[in-house]
Amino acid sequence: MMEIMEGSHAVAHAVRMCRPDVIAAYPITPQTHIVEALAEMVANCTLDSEYITVESEFSALSACLGASAAGSRVYSATTSQGLALMFEVCFNTAGMRLPVVMSIVNRALGAPLSIWNDQQDSISLRDAGWLQFYAEDNQEATDLHYIAYRVAEDRRVLLPAFVCFDGFILSHTYEPVEMLAQDQVDGYLPRYQPVIKLDSTDPVSLGLFASPDYYMEFRYQIDRALKDSGKVIREAGRLFGEMFGRDYGSPVEEYRMDDADCAIVAMGSICGTIKDAIDEMREEGRRAGLLRIRTFRPFPGEEVRKALSGVSSVAVLDKNISLGSKGAVALEVRDALYGSGVPVHGYIIALGGRDVAKKDVRNVVEMAMAGKGDIFYGLRREVLE
Amino acid sequence: MPLGLGCSSRPGTSRANRTGSWRTFRPVFVHGRCTKCGLCIQICPEGCISKNSEGFPEPDLAYCKGCGVCAEECPGEAIEMQKEEK
Repeated sequence: MMEIMEGSHAVAHAVRMCRPDVIAAYPITPQTHIVEALAEMVANCTLDSEYITVESEFSALSACLGASAAGSRVYSATTSQGLALMFEVCFNTAGMRLPVVMSIVNRALGAPLSIWNDQQDSISLRDAGWLQFYAEDNQEATDLHYIAYRVAEDRRVLLPAFVCFDGFILSHTYEPVEMLAQDQVDGYLPRYQPVIKLDSTDPVSLGLFASPDYYMEFRYQIDRALKDSGKVIREAGRLFGEMFGRDYGSPVEEYRMDDADCAIVAMGSICGTIKDAIDEMREEGRRAGLLRIRTFRPFPGEEVRKALSGVSSVAVLDKNISLGSKGAVALEVRDALYGSGVPVHGYIIALGGRDVAKKDVRNVVEMAMAGKGDIFYGLRREVLE
Repeated sequence: MPLGLGCSSRPGTSRANRTGSWRTFRPVFVHGRCTKCGLCIQICPEGCISKNSEGFPEPDLAYCKGCGVCAEECPGEAIEMQKEEK
């Protein structure tokens, strides 16, 4: 059924239909509306979950880790500083192969303190062993939660997943969203069947000490499971398309890429603006296209290389920066295109909530075609001196 | 030992952790000075020394970490710690 909903509420309703056994979260802007809505559902008995109130994000994800280890389907949500506080537990959750699903309502990291959107928070956890999905709109943000659970809990994967969507731009915006019915979700998402779990009648220890004789092999297993999850994501995305008509079979979306000369690469809600700018440029006869990355981890290097190998210039828009180096997406795209000869130009853009308009996208395309890149786009020089 | 999913392990499997790989110095038992008192067997933190068929103490080098407590405590100074080259 199509409904006009705030992004946060649409996600909360999707999570409710995923039937999590345990929810543990700590409220933080702009994630708050999701967990408020879920707490209300639990209080009103429209959601049969254990809602654990905690004193910090570290405790929230620790409670999720423990509940998942005991065999529960688990949900949490956070953003920015909250995710930073979860850093240690994020690595442990992936290492213990616990399929926790967590919404990341993307927000900038301090200092300076900012409540507005960029993608620095989840990007900074790119090495933690979690799957990372990025949504362009609220429909996708909602659908990706069903898919994330199905993939994360698949026995070939067993890894936790971030579903990332831009703070305020999506979380606080009302959009039409097609909500699935409970029986549809139940048909797509089977009950979680843990492979190992903490059970006093069949004892097992999790997350043990590993000597140098074993540590590397454990890390290799996590990496292999994350890389192999690409196949499971494609299967789950295709099945979703067959059942509900919205296909998520590819980890990337190509928009007007067929004969594109200059390709823009980006993730998240900015892609809506980019598509509009591309339509304008196309009307003027300029061959621009967009390659949108939906799955950042595992990184779809092959698909990126295939999509971009024919273009004459690539412009990567990063809402993050690995300080002292470059934007994370630009680094990945360069790696994927290594040896192809296609020039990749990186633009750090829209940090801390700065708006991006269609003219900015056009400017970036101009700069990429002129070979000018690896810059912060739109810096206000007048405040720098 | 094959790795358990999620760094998991069943009870009673700590012997799979062969701590002998940590060793830098290995204990060498000099039988001429050994009185077979068995103190080394009692005080070994790893519990890896046992008597052999002749009654002399013998370490299981798969688990001996080379801590040297036995050599330090031996009343007859019958245990020498020798550096191992690997």
